[in-house]
Order: sequence, then C-alpha cells, then structure tokens
Amino acid sequence: MEILTFQNIVFSVVAIAIAICSILAVTTGKLLRSATYLLFVLFGTAAIFFMLGYTFLGAVQLMVYAGGIIVLYVFSIALTRSDKDMNYKISKARLFSVLATTIIGAALVLLLLFTNGFALNAIPLGDELPSREIGLALVGTDKYQFVLPFEVVSVLLLACMIGGILIARKEK
Amino acid sequence: MEYTILILALPVLSFLILGLTGMYMKHRVAGLIGTLSLTGVTVLSYLTAFEYFTVPRTAEGVFQTLIPWNFQWLPFNTSLHIDMGILLDPISVMMLVVISTVSLMVHIYSFGYMKGEVGFQRYYAFLSLFSFSMLGLVLATNIFQMYVFWELVGVSSYLLIGFYYTKPEAIAASKKAFIVTRFADLGFLIGILIYGFYMGTFTFTPEQEQLVKCGMMLPLALGLMFIGGAGKSAMFPLHIWLPDAMEGPTPVSALIHAATMVVAGVYLVARMFPLFIGYAPETLHIVAYVGAFTAFYAASVACAQSDIKRVLAFSTISQIGFMMVALGVCTTANPHEGGLGYMAGMFHLFTHAMFKALLFLGAGCIIHAVHSNEMSTMGGLRKYMPITHITFLIACLAIAGIPPFSGFFSKDEILTACFQFSPIMGWIMTIIAGMTAFYMFRLYYGIFWGTENKELHAHHTPHESPLSMTFPLMVLAVITIVCGWILPFGHFVSANGHAYDIHLNVQVAITSIVVALIAIALATWMYARDKQPVAEMLAKRFATLHRAAYKRFYMDEIWLFVTKKIIFRCISTPLAWFDRHVIDQFMNFMAWSTNAAGESAQPLQNGKIQSYTMWFLGGIIVLTVMLLVL
Amino acid sequence: MEIHVIHYLVVSTIMMFCGIYGFFTRKNLLALLISIELMLNATNINFAVFNRYLFQGQLEGHFFTLFGIAIAAAETAIAIAIIINVYRNVKQILTDDITDLKG
Repeated sequence: MEILTFQNIVFSVVAIAIAICSILAVTTGKLLRSATYLLFVLFGTAAIFFMLGYTFLGAVQLMVYAGGIIVLYVFSIALTRSDKDMNYKISKARLFSVLATTIIGAALVLLLLFTNGFALNAIPLGDELPSREIGLALVGTDKYQFVLPFEVVSVLLLACMIGGILIARKEK
Repeated sequence: MEYTILILALPVLSFLILGLTGMYMKHRVAGLIGTLSLTGVTVLSYLTAFEYFTVPRTAEGVFQTLIPWNFQWLPFNTSLHIDMGILLDPISVMMLVVISTVSLMVHIYSFGYMKGEVGFQRYYAFLSLFSFSMLGLVLATNIFQMYVFWELVGVSSYLLIGFYYTKPEAIAASKKAFIVTRFADLGFLIGILIYGFYMGTFTFTPEQEQLVKCGMMLPLALGLMFIGGAGKSAMFPLHIWLPDAMEGPTPVSALIHAATMVVAGVYLVARMFPLFIGYAPETLHIVAYVGAFTAFYAASVACAQSDIKRVLAFSTISQIGFMMVALGVCTTANPHEGGLGYMAGMFHLFTHAMFKALLFLGAGCIIHAVHSNEMSTMGGLRKYMPITHITFLIACLAIAGIPPFSGFFSKDEILTACFQFSPIMGWIMTIIAGMTAFYMFRLYYGIFWGTENKELHAHHTPHESPLSMTFPLMVLAVITIVCGWILPFGHFVSANGHAYDIHLNVQVAITSIVVALIAIALATWMYARDKQPVAEMLAKRFATLHRAAYKRFYMDEIWLFVTKKIIFRCISTPLAWFDRHVIDQFMNFMAWSTNAAGESAQPLQNGKIQSYTMWFLGGIIVLTVMLLVL
Repeated sequence: MEIHVIHYLVVSTIMMFCGIYGFFTRKNLLALLISIELMLNATNINFAVFNRYLFQGQLEGHFFTLFGIAIAAAETAIAIAIIINVYRNVKQILTDDITDLKG
C-alpha cells in the first residue's frame, strides 16, 4: 500500500494549505491579509476541482473568484480605508460561546461524516470531464440539461450589474 | 283581530320617527305625529274592545281568550319557550282602553303644557316609547314578555322623570326611581326564573301536571313576583321613588305615575290571579295586608304634604293600596262572591286611572298658571280658572267616593269585598277612604279657596289654560261622571269570567258615604276659610306627628341609613377592598409579569444579524443532536 | 491509501466552520463577506465531490457549483456596492455602527 503517491502528496499539501489559510483568513488582524488568505483558499479550491477532473470548473473558479472577486475586494478595502487593525473588543462570554458553537458544530459534522458510511469508491486518475459535454448540457433543453438555469443566471448577473452600479453611484 | 299588532306598531313607529328625525321637525309637526299615532292606537283599542266584548260568550259563559299574534322567540325545550305575542282577554282589553284613553289625553294636553319647551320632540318620542312599552306589557302572552316590557316601561319612566336633565333634582329622582324599581325587579326576575324552572313554562295558564310539579315553589315564585309588582306600584316600603318622580313634567306624572305604569303591579297580580287564588291564597292575603298598610301610610302622609303633586302622588300610592287590598281579599270560599274583590280592584283601576289623570292634569293647569307646586302660593284660584276648578272638584268628589261619580262605585265594591273578608279589614279601609276624602278636600280648598296670594299674583294674574289643556280635562271629567253607573263593568271583567252584576251593598254604601261626608265637612271647616286656626293649632299641638308625616315618616332616611350605613359599609366596602387589593393586584401582577417577560426577552431582538445567526446555528446543532440521540 | 470522499469533506468542513467563526467574530462588513465566501466555497467543494465520487456520469453537482460561483459573484458585487454606499453615508463599515434601521 503506497502512501506517498503523487496524488496523495498533492492532496495533502492542498488540504493543509486550505485549512491553514482558512483559519488565518478569519483570525488575521489586517483585512488586506485576510483577503489574500482568501485568495489562497480559492486557489486551493480550484486545485481540488482540478484533482476531481473538473478542469472547466477549476478554470472558472480561478477566473471568476481569484481573478474577479478578489480584485473587487482589494479595491473596496482600499476605497473604504478599512485596512486597519481589526482587533475588536469581543467579550469573553461571546468569544467562548462562539468558539463552543463552532467547535461543537464542527465536531458534530465530522462525527456524522465518519459514521455515515460513504461508498469508498475511487475515481480514475486524470479522467477529466470533456468540455463538449459541459457545453451541450449547458444549452440543451432535455432532462438533466440546464439551459433554463443558465439563462436565469445570465439575467441575474445582468440585473446585479445594473443594481451594483445604481447602488454604488453617487447621489446627484 | 290581526289588526291588534298595529296597536303596538304605531307607537313604535312614531317613536322611531320622532327619535331619529325629531330634531329637524317643528314642534307642532312632532306633536302631531305623536298624537296622530296615539289617536290611531285609541281608535284601534276601542274597536278591539268593541269586537272582543260583542262576540258571544263561550259555552262556559266566559269571554274567550284570544291570541291573534304569537311567535316563538327563544325556545329552551318543547314546553319552556319565550314568546312574543298579543293576548286578548277581558283585563288586557280593559287596560288597552285605559292606557290609550289616558295616553291620548296626555298627548293632547302636552301640546299646551309643553309649548315652547326645549326638547319638545324628544318628549313626544319618549311618550310614544312609553305607550308602546305599556301596551306591550298588558298584551303580553307570557310572563317573560311581560318582564321585557316591564323593564322597557321602567326605562321610559326613567327617561321622562329625568326629562329636565339640567335640573339636579330631576336627575336624582330619575336615578332613584330606576334603582328602586330595578331592585324590586330583581325579585320579579327571580320569581320568573323559579316559575320557569319548576313549572317548565312561562305561560300564564300552566297545565295541571306542571302545577303539581311546581308544588310548594309556586307561592314563593308568586311572592317574589309580587315584590316586583310592589316596586312598580310603589307599595310600602318600596314607594319612596314615586313622590320624587313628580320632578318630571306633570302630564308625564298623570300618564305614568298615576294612571298606567304604577298600576302595572296591580295588573301583574291580576294577571297571575288564577294561580294566586288557586294555589297561593296565603300569598294573596299578604298582598292584601301590604296594600292596606300602604294605603294607610300614604293617606296619613298625604294629609301633611304641601306640594300639590306630592299630595297627589301619595294619594296615588294610597289608591293603589286599595286595589291591592281588593285583589288580596279574594277568597275561594264562594267562587262567585269571593271573586268580588278582583272585579272591584280592576274597576277601581279603571276609574282611578281616569280621575287621577284628571287630577294630575288639573294640577298641571294650576302649576302652569302660578308657576309653583307649593300650596302656599295658591288659594282663591276658582275665580281665575273655572274649568279647572269644576273638573278638579269632580275628580275630588270621585276619589272621595261621593255618588254618582265613578269612584264611589268602585270604592264601594272594594269596601264590600273587604267586609266580606273580615269586618276589621272593612272598617280599616273605610277609615282610609275617609282620610282620602279629607286630604283631597284639604288640597282642593288649599288651591281654589282660602286667601289669594296677592303679592305673588300682582305681576302675573293666573289665567285659565288654553283649550288644548282644558279639553282633556273635560273629556276625563265626563268619563269620571258617567262611567260608574253607565258602564256594566262586572259584565266584562270578573274573577271567573262570568258576568257579575254590580249591586250596591246599601249598608256599606251608606257607611262610606257618611264617613266621606264627615271627612269633607271636617276639611271644609278646617281649610275652606281664609284663616285656618284649627289646622295650625293641630299642627302645633301634634308638632312631632305633623313633622313626621310631613317628612313621610322618615322612610327616605331609613332607606338611606340601610343602604349607606349598613349595605355600603358592611358589604360594599369590604367587597371594594377585596376588588382593589386582591383582584386588581392579581391583574396588575399578570400585566407586570408579562411586561417583565417581554423586557427580559427584548435583548434577544437586538437587530444584530450575527447574534441571530448564532442562535440559528445553535438551534440547528441542538436539533441535530436531538435527532441523533432519539 | 486512496483519497476518498471523506477526505475532501473534512477539508470542506474545516473551511465551513472557519467561515462561521469569522462570521461571528468579525465586525467589519468586508471581513464578514470574506467569511461568507469561505462558506460558499466549502459548499461548492461538497457539490463537486459528491457529484464526482457518488454520482459519476451525472452533471448536477458540477452545474450547481458553476451556478454557485456565478451567484457568489453576483452577491459579492451587490454586497460591495452596498458596503461602499454605507461607507459613503456613515463613514464606517462596522456592524456596531450601522444601527439606523434598528427599531
């Protein structure tokens, strides 16, 4: 039983990176750093998509999230001048209850995961989802095809583009 | 006889019209509407009486009881249900005639008496309401309908006594009348409930087995009903409201507090008479004793009053006492003769309504002329008001029991019935009749003879009233003169329904005439002259007695003592304390705890999305754990 | 040792609860938004993993992830627009200071 396969090593690295960067993203004192750690988490997520063989999804993740959203964050952080110290005073009781909730919740979820008994099937390595199939499913109208959500999301994006402009522009 | 529904519909219609749109009407129009509807009622009542009494008697020799209208209103079970309807039998038809006649006369009279008063339309609206209620009361097919209209009558009486609602005395009097009669009506209601509960019916004529079922509770129920009747009819000691009720306009006193409403108690006893005589003769005799005492008490108070309306009010109480006595002295010993009192009581009710309404309307004319109720401001008015003088004299003679005026005949029958019952009762009532004659002529001489109050009349000469006021006086005077010997009353109304020939008992008649004449002579001797040395001497000699009689033997003070000192202090005050400190505090505690709970829950709703989501997540965790564990 | 669905799910769980922790403790609106992004990413991973491991040959999870990313983008854009507007009006973007809509 080989433990140190290439795949295992990559997964371990990615997983540890995601975990550490997630924790840092919510504990760091500077907002800009927080955004940067989020960027690393998003990279990690993209890597997981790649490992799963969802190349297209990974690419979208990189472009939209890492490329688009993070830039938006950085700009807005700069605009609102909020890259300051974020060491807010949080009462002990509140911190304790938050920690308890979080840890108990995580423990509960993990307990459920391990006791659920998922099928232990493996996936073929390097077998990626062909773009042709994705494209056909995205614009097809049959069962298990997604033209309606696709169009709805298009309209949604348009609407929020207009909405974003409308909200953020200066009042005359 | 289906048209009898109009007798009820017309006044209620005019009440609605006048009550809702009266304020936009001219006085004359409003008065005409009320009077016209009452004219219609009067015509219909006479027609009803004519048709009813001209129909041949049934095989048993009685007039048939008719129910032209009846509908079931509140059914409880097959036998126990509250109905609304119209019942025609001799006494209800007789009452129809009395009420419509007096009411019509009062309507006409009020044109003159109330001329230019503020609230003229309201006055006529209330008169219509009263007429409707009183007619509904006498036409009731069952005891509960009677109770409903009984209360309506009480309300209209309250409204009319308090007609001058800017006068504190009028307000106090109306409240007093309402509270005292309500207090008595409580007895009536309990009586009705006992009656309905044990008898299983509200009708006046229960079946034999229902009567058996009721058994010993029937006298109790009837006695409680009599308490209600005693309240309405101002029997001692519930009479205290009637003298004060004279604060209302005088025509109202004539209609409500002399002729119609106050005899409702007599009518109630007469209505329940078959049950009284058959199953509760002892209760009936209690009625007689209460009536006799009331008659004596009121007559003695009337001798000392100086307000002419008060004198008339006490005379009314006394005369109602006579009627109660007449009903109460009936016995079953001789089915025909023993029921004489019933006939006599009803007859006296009839004649008394006429001549007492006449007296009150005459008093109204006098008050209208001198603008005062006090006897001291009057005197010597016979020159100025001839019609009022003559009609008043006729009424006084009638009430004193001088033939051939109507009062003589009815009072004579009552006295005959009393002598049949027991000689003591007969003599007592004869003496009270003499007192009646005395105080009525004291009143008469005080008003129309004696010294004229020149000083008072200097700037305002008393004058005879307009025709609208004297016309009713003349009509009622004519009725008072003739109805005693023209009307064969006993043919229409008698205890067992059979025709009863009124025949004078010569012995009783002569006795009563002699007593009345002596009393009148005494009154003439004492009061007819300009100076009244004898009266003053007597008043001084028996100052305590005179003062007590003038103060109505302190009955009002006794009642005040009982209510204020005993009931208020010993029952109401502790109850109020309990209410304030236990009930209210409990309620306050409830309010406070709700408030406190709200206050303590309020921080949860702090508007912070983060704490909301935290509670949300905590809830999810708890639910998940529960699902896992269970 | 093969990598199974559980391994991925552990990673996404850690991400998810980091996001929750951040959401509870941060007061800066942008930091809150970052926490939300973490949570969204965790769900996205779950969708993709379930699709890939448990329902091979189907595409629902994949497309859910795709639409999730699109909606996350839209949400971020609107949220940042609102935050900038808030900042313009009250010169602060801390949750404690934005209380004008509180009853």
